Amino acid sequence: MTIAAGVRPKSPIERLLAANSWLVYAFFYAPIFLLIALSFNDNENVGVWTSASTRWYSEMFQQDDVMRALRNSLIVASVSTLISTLLGTAAAISLERFRFRGQRVYDGLVYLPIIIPDVTMAVMLLLFFAQAFNIIDGLFGSKPAFGLGTISLAHIAFNISFVAVVVRARLAQLDSSLEEAAADLYATRWQAFRYVTLPLIMPGVAGGALLALTLSLDDVVVTSFVAGPGATTLPVYVFGLVRRGVTPLINAVSTVMLAASMALVLISLFFQRGTGTVAITEEEPLEET
Amino acid sequence: MSEHPLPDPADTIAEMLHQPELESDAVRSESRRGVLIALPSWIYLTLFFAIPLLIVVVYSFATRSSTGLTRLTGWNIESYKRLFDPLVAEIAFRSIVLAVATTLICLAVSYPFAYYIATRTPKWRNLLIVLVLIPFWSNFLVRTYAWRIILGSDGPLAQITEWMGFEPVRLLFTNSAVLIGLVYGYLPFMVLPLYAALERMDWSLVEAARDLYADGWTAFRKVTWPLSRPGVIAGSILVFIPSLGAYVTPALLGGAKTTLLGDYIVSQFLAARNQPFGSALSVAVMVVMLGAVVVYFRSGAKNL
Repeated sequence: MTIAAGVRPKSPIERLLAANSWLVYAFFYAPIFLLIALSFNDNENVGVWTSASTRWYSEMFQQDDVMRALRNSLIVASVSTLISTLLGTAAAISLERFRFRGQRVYDGLVYLPIIIPDVTMAVMLLLFFAQAFNIIDGLFGSKPAFGLGTISLAHIAFNISFVAVVVRARLAQLDSSLEEAAADLYATRWQAFRYVTLPLIMPGVAGGALLALTLSLDDVVVTSFVAGPGATTLPVYVFGLVRRGVTPLINAVSTVMLAASMALVLISLFFQRGTGTVAITEEEPLEET
Repeated sequence: MSEHPLPDPADTIAEMLHQPELESDAVRSESRRGVLIALPSWIYLTLFFAIPLLIVVVYSFATRSSTGLTRLTGWNIESYKRLFDPLVAEIAFRSIVLAVATTLICLAVSYPFAYYIATRTPKWRNLLIVLVLIPFWSNFLVRTYAWRIILGSDGPLAQITEWMGFEPVRLLFTNSAVLIGLVYGYLPFMVLPLYAALERMDWSLVEAARDLYADGWTAFRKVTWPLSRPGVIAGSILVFIPSLGAYVTPALLGGAKTTLLGDYIVSQFLAARNQPFGSALSVAVMVVMLGAVVVYFRSGAKNL
């Protein structure tokens, strides 16, 4: 291994680095494992371990509130992922493969939602919907309500940008001579896109869609601002409960949410297998060992 | 951001046509096609992002009526003046200190960590980085909630310290709890860009420095560190920005005396009903963050 030349194997520095790394992994995983373990604790008091049981899981499935919030989350996440993946992919293609007037402004518009903190985004959308609903009320005499619709619109607004960034990174790595070759072989722009570009950027599109799905399923701040009464998503519902204290039921719900996130990681790794890209890190160079 | 050495597809098509009089038509229709593809997301982001952003700026100059409604007349900068109130300044100062501390701790922990992963064999490297990706993708709220259990008054930390014969350590609802929560939440955001930078680095340059009689420390300081700087800056921004605007972490782990900018802004809308002041706070936080990002792009980094 050539790279180890700077650090002699088993030198004191090397040992310190290794120790630090194992501590970081312990720090990452100890809370997660603790939470999972406690969700199987039979006792109503979270701090006292009695015996293992799946009592809280069966209780969770009987709670109408939890199930309703879960259903809402799934609706919002699928709608916003679908639309933001379409819009975000189109945005990435137009930014990476075309030149047009106003592109720089558009470029900034696509990047800004990523940089802006959730709290500001939440405030912006709350004021916007309130204002827009007043105008609609004045024009048509009926006022739309905050609910799953506003939540989905808000989630699409921040997800477009994340999808666009992920797909764009993939497009930038792509050799554009492949598309030119297709054009040389008398493919129309659409055919070149459909049969050459699209299959090649699919891992990026899938990665962007999974990121959008994760962000939508995780969001608390923006959702709680634009949710309105009666339409809570699972994270917002859990957040409300958690602020009041720790209960074994929340542990069970949290473990289910963790399991869902981990399933998404595995799916995303599966999609990126063989393409050499792992999430936001760069392509793996071939290396002789 | 948009300067790419890639050949413009419009040029390619114009070349293929070999007919000068058609060239500009082809370019024009290409550019029209680009706009058409961009249009749906352009309209969407204008409607649900640019206009809302504008509304916040407008509201920040409005007046709050005595009933808590916002009067869109009599524009003034009172809300901005209030940013310099001692109370607000204290909250802003505490938020900035916590965000800077979070960033520095994450950097100090992540750099040797990412260095260690980047210097493993490719097989190990992939496994080790996947183990970082799992917490990175895991639900942020749930991960923060786990610390509420750990730091709670009869949680594991208190129990362990008591069992060891010390005074039980109870950190929940303090600044330290918020700091731990922020570091835990955003650590993967620091590790991943650092790893990307170190992994991509040309290690033969370090060897060259060693061949020229640089000791390990000098080689690190003069070669490794400067080469990994884009990763350091990217990671710092990715940690600093969400820490400064954090809402969930202080809401779950902090107490009444540890209000931060994020929950202070939220309370202006949901509790105090002072929308102009809340808007002014949001605008101020946004300006700070945009400043941080401009610094980032100035330093030569190309992507987020």
